Amino acid sequence: MSSQIGLVPIILISTGVAFDLVGALGLIRLPDVYNRLQAATKCVTLGTFLVLIGVLVHSGWNAMGIKALLAAIFVLWTSPTGSHALARGAHIAGVRLWEGTVVDKYKEDTGR
Amino acid sequence: MTVILFLLIIGCFMCLYRVAKGPTPPDRAVAIDTIGVMVVGICGVFGVVTGQDFYLNIAIAWALLAFIGTLALAKYLEGRGFDE
Amino acid sequence: MDTLKRRLLDFVIYFALWLLLTWSLDWQGVVVGAILAVLFALALSGLLPKGAERLFSPVRWFWAIMHLLSLLFWIIVANFDVLYRVLHPNLPIRPGIVKIKTTLKSDEAKAFLANSITLTPGTLTIDIIDDWLYIHWINVHESLEDAEAITRDIAGRFEVTLRRVFD
Repeated sequence: MSSQIGLVPIILISTGVAFDLVGALGLIRLPDVYNRLQAATKCVTLGTFLVLIGVLVHSGWNAMGIKALLAAIFVLWTSPTGSHALARGAHIAGVRLWEGTVVDKYKEDTGR
Repeated sequence: MTVILFLLIIGCFMCLYRVAKGPTPPDRAVAIDTIGVMVVGICGVFGVVTGQDFYLNIAIAWALLAFIGTLALAKYLEGRGFDE
Repeated sequence: MDTLKRRLLDFVIYFALWLLLTWSLDWQGVVVGAILAVLFALALSGLLPKGAERLFSPVRWFWAIMHLLSLLFWIIVANFDVLYRVLHPNLPIRPGIVKIKTTLKSDEAKAFLANSITLTPGTLTIDIIDDWLYIHWINVHESLEDAEAITRDIAGRFEVTLRRVFD
């Protein structure tokens, strides 16, 4: 254990971890790939972003803080891109949608 | 901080449940991608606990690798058909 | 913008990234970073897309910051939305894939629009074909005939700022 951890970082990190857990719970509860992807992408991205910003606030503008900030920006940028790729791959591979799904314009238009 | 690390590990195990059970390969791919992003957070928390900044280097490298791995998995999925 | 300026801009970006990642002004490290940045700027094709002179316009930067602020707000709303849907015992979802037509022109603007849509409440971009975006919506509540309302609901709030940043 190094230094004491202030109040603001601990709040940021705990909120982030709470959102991470909600995302993981959504991954378990929701019915098909696309819904799971929604929960996982949104919650886990914001959760990890908040954890890394908490690290930045804790350590200030030194080597650790800058690296945490770069990692946070990178996660915020690439995580949605990765989930588009996965959703598109799943749809092209022919994974069926949940039976409660209302409409599928993508299949109508592309025939895949 | 120990509690926070414990909760993050619990989250990873929840994703692992989906990896083990997931009915289709894309489900497993989604869960693996999620674990990858969570591990970046774990590395950040480790950095705070130990006060050493090389954990953040691991976090950045891990984020890059997880992103490239996700794209590769998605490309792989596009080339195959899965019926259930 | 001619080739030399673009290479120079690439060099500055690589070198700044090196300095941020190493976070020391030790002269040996700086020299190695400069050599690597020159090598990367020469060996790799351009880092920035066409029209990079837009980087130097303060008005665009102002709108970029506005966009990020509104994005942050909607991300937080989206997380509470997911929280509600996941913790509710009956899972109140009504998913469907809809398509919307965007008015944005440049490729970068479309990419940013797709990323922003993915991070906001209940929507996930699946594919972009020309001007059409295919979106998985977790709770379809507009009538499906009304394409205008769907577009306004999903993309309207970002197109305003993104058009001012990129187009």
